[in-house]
Amino acid sequence: MSFLRGSFIDALVVLQMMVRDALNQAMDEELERDERVFLLGEEVAQYDGAYKVSRGLWKKYGDQRIIDTPISEMGFTGIAVGAAFAGLRPICEFMTFNFSMQAIDQVINSAAKTCYMSAGFQAVPIVFRGPNGSSAGVAAQHSQCFAAWYAHCPGLKVVSPWNSEDAKGLLKAAIRDDNPVVFMENELMYGVPFEMSEEALSKDFVLPIGKAKIERPGNHVTLVSHSRCVGHCLDAAAVLAKEGIECEVINLRSIRPMDTDAIEASVMKTNHLVTVEGGWPQFGVGAEICAKIMEGPAFNYLDAPVTRVTGVDIPMPYAKILEDNSVPQIKDIIFSIKKTLNV
Amino acid sequence: TLDIFFLNSCILTRDQGLSYYRCMQTIRRMELKADQLYKQKIIRGFCHLYDGQEACAAGIEAGIERTDHVITAYRAHAFTYTRGVSVREILAELTGRQGGVAKGKGGSMHMYAPHFYGGNGIVGAQVPLGAGIALACQYQGNGQICVALYGDGAANQGQLFETYNMAALWKLPCVFVCENNRYGMGTSVERAAASTDYYKRGDFIPGLRVDGMDVLCVREATKFAADHCRSGKGPILMELQTYRYHGHSMSDPGVSYRTREEVQEVRSKNDPISLLKERMLSNNMASAEELKEIDGEIRKEVDDAAQFATSDPEPPLDDLCKYIYHNSPPVQVRGTNPWAKLQSVSSS
Repeated sequence: MSFLRGSFIDALVVLQMMVRDALNQAMDEELERDERVFLLGEEVAQYDGAYKVSRGLWKKYGDQRIIDTPISEMGFTGIAVGAAFAGLRPICEFMTFNFSMQAIDQVINSAAKTCYMSAGFQAVPIVFRGPNGSSAGVAAQHSQCFAAWYAHCPGLKVVSPWNSEDAKGLLKAAIRDDNPVVFMENELMYGVPFEMSEEALSKDFVLPIGKAKIERPGNHVTLVSHSRCVGHCLDAAAVLAKEGIECEVINLRSIRPMDTDAIEASVMKTNHLVTVEGGWPQFGVGAEICAKIMEGPAFNYLDAPVTRVTGVDIPMPYAKILEDNSVPQIKDIIFSIKKTLNV
Repeated sequence: TLDIFFLNSCILTRDQGLSYYRCMQTIRRMELKADQLYKQKIIRGFCHLYDGQEACAAGIEAGIERTDHVITAYRAHAFTYTRGVSVREILAELTGRQGGVAKGKGGSMHMYAPHFYGGNGIVGAQVPLGAGIALACQYQGNGQICVALYGDGAANQGQLFETYNMAALWKLPCVFVCENNRYGMGTSVERAAASTDYYKRGDFIPGLRVDGMDVLCVREATKFAADHCRSGKGPILMELQTYRYHGHSMSDPGVSYRTREEVQEVRSKNDPISLLKERMLSNNMASAEELKEIDGEIRKEVDDAAQFATSDPEPPLDDLCKYIYHNSPPVQVRGTNPWAKLQSVSSS
């Protein structure tokens, strides 16, 4: 675990921790707490993890609990699900969620649906985790966001952390959950440090799945986002605050179940809603939020239609200028907010 | 490599013989009853029947421990029975009633029991799952093994080869069993596989080819295979050469890709129940009357089960949102329209 010592504030020590270390700490603590928990995936053991998220775990826990697999997603995902059937609590890592497409049948048909099909007889306590969404310069086949695909399916829980506290608290919750949880990380966030509260550093720090967090309160417009885009929303909010526009920024944390109540309560206060995501617009997270808002009490409080800010509806290009303009930038968010507010 | 292994003889006690006879005959009558109920439209959807293959399910169960694990594909009614579920609960699941083993939530392809993991609808998916169950056995050090079954059709699925590789690499205690009934739906083995030596398809995994119509061959091969796994030597593969009398499912008459003569030939010369019966009669292990009496008991059991399966009520609508999750707080579930707000109830 690496951390940077922050400043002293009133004798309180503020610790900073990178997202990858928060994930590492979560797995370390859960491996120690419950011997049924184990990690499998490509390069997770001796390589310390393709993105170093599992650094040090193989050295500490050994071959039985940290397992390097061959490049066989469909096979090892099925093996992980079978292990969950028979009493273990696997963490199945996809090097990126793009590769989970090879194994998606096991995630959906073998994991997600089994508790229901068996009338509660067969639980599937498994976590599928890995980096999701766009990275930097990895081009079309390695940049897709799978939030909408997995969140579409009943039987799964789908979680998308933003900062280090999210990462640790939600991963611990996912591992302790007796259901299949798709845990979507973000490669560009792995190296970003965040403050970790005393509470968050505790071995029992668990965040509830299904509850969003209001990262920044505001009265004029509700911004709803998940993962890396939450940071962009906060940046946009800081800029707009100087112009007297106060944004309420909601960090979804969970895509399924989604904290609709939190969004509705906020919209009923601000009367304006802008969703921000990295994924494609069609049939996406923002599209679902629009539908949910229309069907609930908050609709009558809207002073303008909901605005979705999304990735551009194209396969991800490679050249930097093209890639930069394929995902929501802070200026896109600011522009969209102003259009929504008609200012 | 394994030494060449031939089954020359084994011991069958009277009790065992009667037990295998009863088991296979129950499966046979249960499957024929399902055929009848399907034609009466009381069973709907998919229904893949096992009559002809009884020696496989009965022989495997006889060769393993109760505490071992079994997973198979969708032709699963027989294994559901051999793993301990009553004919009543199986038929009631097929008819979609609340008294079914999966409370009507699963149907023909999704029935579960302790140490039995279904019943799986996606061809081949059950094989990596089975290796995962074996991994759990190894991890927990409980000396148990997993039997993962698949058909000649599934034998060509890529995920099987990924599984063979990992099972062999990690020496997982998994017995892979190919139930080769010569046809994958309407496609004969010759038309589907470049190599129809299914017992060799595991490559570096040792393989046995077994007469799947002879319950004793199946039992002895299973014991050998189970021993192999239990002693830590890693996985092993067994091809059971068998035959299904019915088509692939109830919507397949089963005669467009094979001749009626072929089906009849197997029935008259190679029926697994007849084989055992003749063996027992000719060795004076049982009398014809005794076996007839068992037949009568089974007929009654199956008729009673069918009676239950047709009269038991369908599950209540409240069950719609039950068991989406396990040990989880209730979540709101959207119904067909925005005003239909349902609540999930988890299992615990």
